[in-house]
Parts: sequence; structure tokens; C-alpha cells
Amino acid sequence: MTVSDSNSPLARREALRNRRDQLQRMVEIRGVENRIQKLFAEGHVRGSTHLANGQEAVSVGIARSIDPDDVVTCTYRGHGHALALGVTPAGVIGEICGRTIGCAGGVGGSMHLVEPSVGLLPTAAIIGAGLPIACGAAMAARARKNGRVAVSIFGDGSANIGAFHEALNFAAINKLPVIFVCENNLYGEYTRIQLSTPIEDIALRASGYNMPGIIVDGQDVDKVAEAMAEAVQRARRGEGPSLLEMKTYRYSGHSRSDPATYRPAGELDRWLKRDPINIFADRLIAEQALSPGGLEQMQAETNEAIEQVVAEVLDSPAPDMREIFAHVSGESPGGDQRWSFWGR
Amino acid sequence: MAKIWTRQAVLRALDDAMTDDPTVILMGEDVAAAGGPFKVTEGLLAKYGAERVIDTPISEMAFMGAAVGAAVCGLKPVVEIMFIEFLGVALDQLTTQAATMRYLSRGRLTAPLVVRASAGAGQGFGCQHSQMLDHWVRGTPGLKLAVTSNARTTYGLLRSAIEDPDPVVVLEPRILYSEREEYEFDPSYRIPLGRAEVARQGADATLVTCGAMTRVALEAAANSDANIEVVDLLTIWPWDRKTVLQSVERTGRLVTLEEATASAGWGGDVVSAVAMEAFGKLKAPPHRITLPDAPVPYNGGLEARYLPSAAYVTEQVAALISTNKSPAPWWRNAA
Repeated sequence: MTVSDSNSPLARREALRNRRDQLQRMVEIRGVENRIQKLFAEGHVRGSTHLANGQEAVSVGIARSIDPDDVVTCTYRGHGHALALGVTPAGVIGEICGRTIGCAGGVGGSMHLVEPSVGLLPTAAIIGAGLPIACGAAMAARARKNGRVAVSIFGDGSANIGAFHEALNFAAINKLPVIFVCENNLYGEYTRIQLSTPIEDIALRASGYNMPGIIVDGQDVDKVAEAMAEAVQRARRGEGPSLLEMKTYRYSGHSRSDPATYRPAGELDRWLKRDPINIFADRLIAEQALSPGGLEQMQAETNEAIEQVVAEVLDSPAPDMREIFAHVSGESPGGDQRWSFWGR
Repeated sequence: MAKIWTRQAVLRALDDAMTDDPTVILMGEDVAAAGGPFKVTEGLLAKYGAERVIDTPISEMAFMGAAVGAAVCGLKPVVEIMFIEFLGVALDQLTTQAATMRYLSRGRLTAPLVVRASAGAGQGFGCQHSQMLDHWVRGTPGLKLAVTSNARTTYGLLRSAIEDPDPVVVLEPRILYSEREEYEFDPSYRIPLGRAEVARQGADATLVTCGAMTRVALEAAANSDANIEVVDLLTIWPWDRKTVLQSVERTGRLVTLEEATASAGWGGDVVSAVAMEAFGKLKAPPHRITLPDAPVPYNGGLEARYLPSAAYVTEQVAALISTNKSPAPWWRNAA
């Protein structure tokens, strides 16, 4: 499938069973992130955006390892996760451009992507906020005895906020079916990890909560998926939470206004040599699931499809002024269109 | 009719709600095995089990956030914040996450949780365990905020809060837990959120209040030569403009009685609405009776001075009515 397909988020998610589609999704994430940067320069994006180029294997590795009715919380660096979980490029780019076609109707923006049909709660603009919320989703799943799990995706910066400690402790004592996924991209906003954190491996902290702490090569989508699958099975068996640390790297700065001049010389180049898309493409070529040159063709097709989506988005209307007042509370206009996780 | 303690009304409301709706769960520090620090959850663990009545670690951020996630996924969590000050460490989950869930999902998700918290002064708990702090929450779009004033309103507001499709904070003035009154429980009794009550009718001035100050207002009115109308707001966000405006239009005078510091109290909003919408009906300037802008003192004599007494309220209202000018607060002369 290509990004211009008007498939539902659920259909896009289910497509991830196919390895070639997994690569295509990683290529799509990279293309969308690059295009968003350009849309910013072109004046179509307000406020800020937080790109995750370089971290595509984490997003797709997680998405292919859990079911659409497992619940995911995520931080504001979430474009890639939203796309991987199934949100359409029009839903993501549309939201970032503040249009009705966006997944939150244009009222949320880059930091607030959402799609209940594939388990994605609104991504949070507050560091650490999603970890306790995932605990509650896991409590609800256990109350229903339906075997569902909750996944909380956050960065290395979140490992130093109180919510991290409280949530891991809470999940562990209650043996909740939660998988805490830390994307360690070495930078919390503008600050390198050794200046904020006295240990190199966040996974070490799991021992303080008596849960497995696993270090994972976050540039290898298969390694991400294997580690996820093990943690998910453990959670579904009722054995409690896990902390997975994805070693990865953010090619861009913290946000669009950050040129990342604080990075040591040569660091970016070293990580570019382990690019997650190239690693996976080479593997698929070895598996004969992709022809030599297939990646380049896929990238060209995907980027072309993204251009079509961008045209569609820029053609799509801005939300009506009435949307200011819609869905503030149950008494507000807009109606109750409540999504019910796992049926009633 | 039986005499019941206000704390029994909390317990009964929780108990009835849990019986009626199997998705209602309770979470908080010491609410299960110990029956609650104020004994308002006694017996519920035995009746409903540990999956529904949950003792938490001292981790407000964790259990408030867990309540958000559980609510989004179909449960109805009622969390207890032992003293309202403890909400400070968990405020993000309430005012930033729960409050925007419906908005950001365009009506697809909501977080119908209830936060119950004991609040208020008068018992010598000192400045970190005696505030109302409603201003931390009031005015936040997506949240509702109610304050109980006796056993009946405690039952009626809690039942409505638990049935509401959005997050609701219910402040329970701690000093009222050990008050008794004649009240017969009715499992179908509800007080709709957003609606005030005229607790006493009068013609000379409208005294708008809530929480523990409601009984102070009623006592002040009973001891007054003037004929004072008392309005118990019950829900202070969003508050019932219609009932207040109708009353002020009849009496021509507005006095707010607030257990809140002068610069943070909800009365500022009430006064501004009345001044803007009923200015022509006013015989006197709107007047606010509040706490001074100072922490709650521990010493008993100081705390009694700090809180508005019925005698002080009677005196302030009498001065307003006789002069049609706003009388100075006690601390202007004391300072």
C-alpha cells in the first residue's frame, strides 16, 4: 500500500504484518518528518514540532508487536508513533497544519495526535504524563479480564521526572500489564544525557522496581519487535510490567528552532551509519523480500504520495469557529461520539 | 428522621454508587484496609473487594494519572486526595490531562473520574493542611468543581459527580465530617451539578457562599436584624449565574462569603458577573467577605480570627445595608 491510500487507520495497522510494509512505513515516517520541516519553513505550521527522524524502527517495531485494541500513551515526539500505529499521513500532516482533516480536527496540533481505533490516546505535551495514564488503562484492561496491555512511550528525559518513578512503582506493586518503552535518543530537549542522568542505561532503573529492564538496539526494527513481544507476553500472562530501553538517536534538534549545535562533532555521522531504514532494507534484500534498488524506488513513490497528501491537506478547510466551543465537556456542542475501548 | 454524620453521607454515597454501577472503583491512600483516614470508606473493601477498593502508595501523581487512564478505558474511578494540598503534586493529571481528553479527541474519549478531597480550615491542621485551594481548579475548561455543605448536599453532589461523564472535583470541608443533622437517605436523591440552592429566603441582601461557610452564613442571617437571603452555590465551577442574578435583582445587594484568600477567591468572578449584568439593580457596591491574603495560622485564637465568624458576617452585612457602602475587612484596622 502507499501513503495516498484512503485506508482506515485500522487497515494501515493490519498491513504491518507484512515486512515490506513495515519498511514502507518507516520510509513514510521519515518522509513525513522531512516534509513537516519544510511545511514549517513554508509557513503552514504554527508553534513547534518535535521530529523523530532516526527513530523509525522504534515506532514500527512497537506497532507491529501489539494489537490495535492495546492502549498506547505517548509524548509530543509522536508523529512517527502515530503513523506507525495507523494514523494516516493526512491525519498527521493535517493536524500539524491545523486543518479539519487532521486527526484532532485541527484543534490539537503537532503535540496532540490521537486515534482511539488503533489504541492511541491523545499524545501529551507534558513530560512523563503518559506513564501513570498507561497504568490506569492497564487497570481497566485487567478489570475486564480481556488480556489487553498498555504501552507508554517516552524519552530519556522522562526518566528524570517524578511521574516515571511513581508510575513504575505503582505498576510493579499492582503487577499491571504495562510496557514502559523509553526511547533513549541521548538528548532531553537540548541537554545531553550525561548532564542530566547519572547512569548511561535507563534500563538499570527497572531493578529498583523489581521488573525486567531490557536494553534494546532501537535502530533494528526486528530487535525492537522481539523485545516488545516478550514484554507483551509477560504482561498478558499477568506477570506484570517491563521497562524497555530503546537505544536510538534523534537526527534533528529538539524542536524546529533548534539546530542542535551542542552535539559533539561526528556523533550524528556515526549514527547515520546505523540508519534504521538502511539496516532493515539491507535485511529485506538479503531475505529477497526487496530487490536491490527497491528502497530508492520505495522512497521516491512514498515521497510522491506524501506530496499528494500535502496538497490534499492544504486544500482542506480550517476548522469552523464553532469548534472553539465543541467537546469541552458533555454539555458542549459537538455531540457525544464516545469511543468505547473493548466494547461495553 | 435519623441524625447522621456528614462522613456517613460520603460513605453511603460511595456505597450506593458502587452497588448501582460495577465500573465504579475507589483509589487512594489508606482507603481500603484502614477504611480511610476520615473513616469515609469503612467496610467498602470487605463489601466490594480489592479490585474495586484500592490502597495506593503515597503517589498522587501515579494514582491520579491511573484514574485518568482507567476512566478513559471505561471505569469510573473515585480517587481520594486526603488533604487538598496533596493535589499539588498531581495537578497535571487533572487540569492538563483529564480536562483536555474530550477536547483533544473531539468527543471520542473522556475521563469521567471524581476527585474527592477534604479541605478547609478550623481544626488546627496548620497552613499546609487547611486550605480550600479551589482556585487551582476553578476556571479550568473541561472540569467541574463542587463543594459540599452538609450531609444532604454531600450525598446529592457525590452521586451526581460519579454519574457525570466528565471529570469532577468534590471538595468536602473536613470540619463538617463530624457534624450531625437530621437527614433521611434517599438512594435516588441527586443535586444537579451547576445548580445553586437558595438556602434561606430574604429581601435585603443576597449572601452567596458555599462549603463550611454556608452554615456560618445561615447563622449570621438568623442573628441579623436584616432579612438576608443565603445562596449556597454548591457547584462553584461552572457556577449558577441565573440563581445568583435573580436573587440579587430582587434584593439589590450582593455579599459573597468565601473561605478563600481575598485575591484568589471565587467571589471575584461572582462580583464581576453581577456588576456587569445587574449593575442597575444594585443599591450598594458588591461586597466580599474573605480570608486575608495570608496563610492559615495554627494557633486557635488566630485561626478563629482568620476565618469569618457568624458575628463578623452579621456585622459586615448590617454595615453594608445601613450605609450602602462596602465596609472595611477586619484586617485593615488590625494591620
